[in-house]
Amino acid sequence: MTFTRPTFRHPDLPPNAAGFNRRDYEGLISTLCAGCGHDSISNAIIQACFELALPPHRIVKMSGIGCSSKTPAYFLGKSHGFNSVHGRMPSIATGANMANRDLVYLGVSGDGDTASIGMGQFIHAVRRNLHMLYIVMNNGCYGLTKGQYSATADKGSKSKKGPANALESIDLCELAIQLGAGFVGRSFSGDKQQLVPMIKAGLSHGGLAFIDVISPCVTFNNNPESTKSYHWVREHSEATNTFDFVPVRPSITTDYLEEVVETVTLHDNSQIHLHKHPHGPDITDRRQAIDTLEDHKAQGMILTGVLYVNPESLDTHEILNTTLRPLNSLAEADLCPGGAALEAINAGHR
Amino acid sequence: MKQLEAVNDFVIRFANVNGSGSASANNLFAKAVFRMGVPVSPKNIFPSNIQGLPTWYEVRVNEHGYLGRRGDVDMVVAVNGQTLRQDYDGLASGGYFLFDSSKPLPENFQRDDVVVIGIPMTQLCNETFDNPRMRPLLKNIIYVGALASLLDIELQVLIDSLNNQFRKNPKLAAPNIQALQLGYQYAGEHFPRVCKLSIGRSDRVGDAIIMDGNAAAALGALYGGATVVGWYPITPSTSVIEAFGKYAETFRMEADTGRIKAAIVQAEDELAAIGIVIGASWNGARAFTATSGPGISLMAEFLGLAYFAEIPVVLIDVQRTGPSTGMPTRTQQSDLLACAYASHGDTKQVLLFPCDPKECFEMTADAFDLAERLQTPVIVMSDLDLGMNDHQCPPLQWDAARCYDRGKVLDAAQLEALTTDWGRYLDKDGDGICYRTYPGTHPTKGSYFTRGTSRNEYSGYTEDSTSYVRNMERLQLKWETAKSLVPLPEVKIRDPKTKVGAIFYGTTTHSACEAIDRLYHRGLAINSLRLRAFPFQEEVMDFIRQHDLIFVIEQNRDSQMRTLLINEGNLDPSKLVPIISFDGLPVASRYLSRALDAVLQEHGLLPSPTASGQGGAL
Repeated sequence: MTFTRPTFRHPDLPPNAAGFNRRDYEGLISTLCAGCGHDSISNAIIQACFELALPPHRIVKMSGIGCSSKTPAYFLGKSHGFNSVHGRMPSIATGANMANRDLVYLGVSGDGDTASIGMGQFIHAVRRNLHMLYIVMNNGCYGLTKGQYSATADKGSKSKKGPANALESIDLCELAIQLGAGFVGRSFSGDKQQLVPMIKAGLSHGGLAFIDVISPCVTFNNNPESTKSYHWVREHSEATNTFDFVPVRPSITTDYLEEVVETVTLHDNSQIHLHKHPHGPDITDRRQAIDTLEDHKAQGMILTGVLYVNPESLDTHEILNTTLRPLNSLAEADLCPGGAALEAINAGHR
Repeated sequence: MKQLEAVNDFVIRFANVNGSGSASANNLFAKAVFRMGVPVSPKNIFPSNIQGLPTWYEVRVNEHGYLGRRGDVDMVVAVNGQTLRQDYDGLASGGYFLFDSSKPLPENFQRDDVVVIGIPMTQLCNETFDNPRMRPLLKNIIYVGALASLLDIELQVLIDSLNNQFRKNPKLAAPNIQALQLGYQYAGEHFPRVCKLSIGRSDRVGDAIIMDGNAAAALGALYGGATVVGWYPITPSTSVIEAFGKYAETFRMEADTGRIKAAIVQAEDELAAIGIVIGASWNGARAFTATSGPGISLMAEFLGLAYFAEIPVVLIDVQRTGPSTGMPTRTQQSDLLACAYASHGDTKQVLLFPCDPKECFEMTADAFDLAERLQTPVIVMSDLDLGMNDHQCPPLQWDAARCYDRGKVLDAAQLEALTTDWGRYLDKDGDGICYRTYPGTHPTKGSYFTRGTSRNEYSGYTEDSTSYVRNMERLQLKWETAKSLVPLPEVKIRDPKTKVGAIFYGTTTHSACEAIDRLYHRGLAINSLRLRAFPFQEEVMDFIRQHDLIFVIEQNRDSQMRTLLINEGNLDPSKLVPIISFDGLPVASRYLSRALDAVLQEHGLLPSPTASGQGGAL
């Protein structure tokens, strides 16, 4: 097994609009299990950032603890990264975003990291509509501690260890929709065609974008009786829609067949062109989005695609009315009121 | 009966019902003393309750400037029926019991060693004022007026204060002034020259200010350049953030946009509050949080990450009585060990110990420089007494030439000029402190992966034992560097030959100094050292070495500072004698005097007793 990634790339591979090559978005070689769904998501992140032509050093990648939270080492090697403590990525991301509103914040977490220990942090980052893309790599189990069920494991699902999961599962997408995330999607690590444009759209959304990516754990939770296995997800998923994501400048289209096209314009004027069934749900309607998720669940189906979009939501900085300048760029002249003001304050305390 | 007699030297206690508006009347009284040039120290002793439970306001007046809590009550203003008996019984012999005589005192109140002064506050109030909503508030003002007469306080000072207080609503000033005069006249007519305690105009206040430590800490953060706040409400720290928010709206608003040059995020819990601080500091903003003991416990994991990942954090711990929720509205210095060694693994945290609002201001501002210079958490160890009570102290000052020390941070030009590989955890200067970068600085240089997991000098993941040990040893070297940066202790040598010393810190300082002064005037010199920071410098250990017997005076049960000193200095425990107070009230000097006497007697060092008078007169 090799631990270094070959640096050679085909010389004819074109750079992106900003002049970066795809390898500028790559990271270290993964140490996850061979076939891990998370590695496919890492690749989708690399592809999405490359296609969006984001300067790598303007992206901040953050994570908590777990297999998924290790992945930021495996993509965006030229970006600052922060592997924090278990379940606490959202607060680190909040602080980082408050310090500099001009960077792009990408948070990666897992189902254990988000739906159990970090549930409080997750839902409150959603409530404050932090401007970030929050990706959960959801395999329904704790991989790094050898396969215990997580809170997103479906009731009745069986992992390799044997006994069926007795507890209700948490649907992170439903929570995100309820609590005010302006962009919510669900995808599958095995569906790159859907995942890459979804990540691009999420990165372009002006508030909290949440993507739950079902990502099978090949070692502990990929047996046929597991509802988070490759086999199960392929058999039981249905896309609510297919879509193209159209960034502000370069236009990207995919080759889905057109049915009905609905366009949603995001905060930065990029657009999502949705192709959906004529009677499909309106994805800008929060209640329809949740109903549709529940309807599919009742039929034993996993609904994927962009589930909900509200491009008008105000992010944390707007809610707090903070300066448009990055707070970390301000110095004494902007911050310190000086001696005369202090003398007046003293006088008020006599 | 021998009545207590004193000018500018006594303790008066107001016994009120929580939520009855007594705070502003009591504050009016304390401010008047202060404005007459007499040192004053008010302490709120309040319950964890919004309305209905008993609350006390204890004011010490002391010409000599001894402003720690003294202990014992010379005069009580008893306007809470629930505690009337307790307040009556607790009054010092020869003291004065002022009560609302609209209802007679119960018949079993038969002490013959106190002076009872009945002012029919409710009756006077109801006869004079029609507005039933105003009456309870004005009733409080009536007793202030009565006190003005009994204690010879200049009425005009009180009238000026009321006019100032209601300058935005002058219609309210008139009934308040009327109530003041009502009490003043009644007491003057019915109790002339009854009270032998008095306030006389003096000049002992100078240019001092009187403010609470939490507001001062908030100003320290404002002046220190804090821009990001993550916080979760918890008594007694909440008012730090509230004050910061108020000051930010005044001093940090952009004139052209109306936007604020600060982000104050009320988090879902203390876990997130400190996470926000860590994320913001990592990204180059000055950030802080404030909490109390339970919050410290919740923040402990993240404090370990910040220590190990080397991220600046400024944390203000306004300590309260623990453990667990303890007595949330009472004071203590009991988070010491929890903070000093906060987190799992080998961790040590830099602590600062302010003793008055001026130091709350200065140390909070300095904490940002220290945290960024040392790339580590700095915890400002305040407490409820310091944070929530008004304290007299010298005016706050800010050096116009002062620049923030942002520590070792490489900017784009410095990164561009690098000729060798940069390593986030590479100790180039031999002081254990490495160079860091902010995200987004340079297109190709200076990015790194921050983690709590073991790493090499170039922030690459490794579980190699020697790399781990190297890193931990470097962090130890950084700890040594910290000793040269944190404030030195304040040493007072009263007699170079004495072998008895005392160590104290924070709000224990004032009562401890008074008790030691008192012993000095009785013929025993005790040298003292006021700790201002952890880690302890050589000066601290030298002081301990130079004495045979050291009192470690503090406000917790387990003598936590003594433990910390013994542990850090590898000291002989028998040499360090604990003097502790942990009842949740600010430590009283009279209590300390008794406690010191007891130990000195055991050691055969007790000086002969002299009449100590009743107050601060020496």
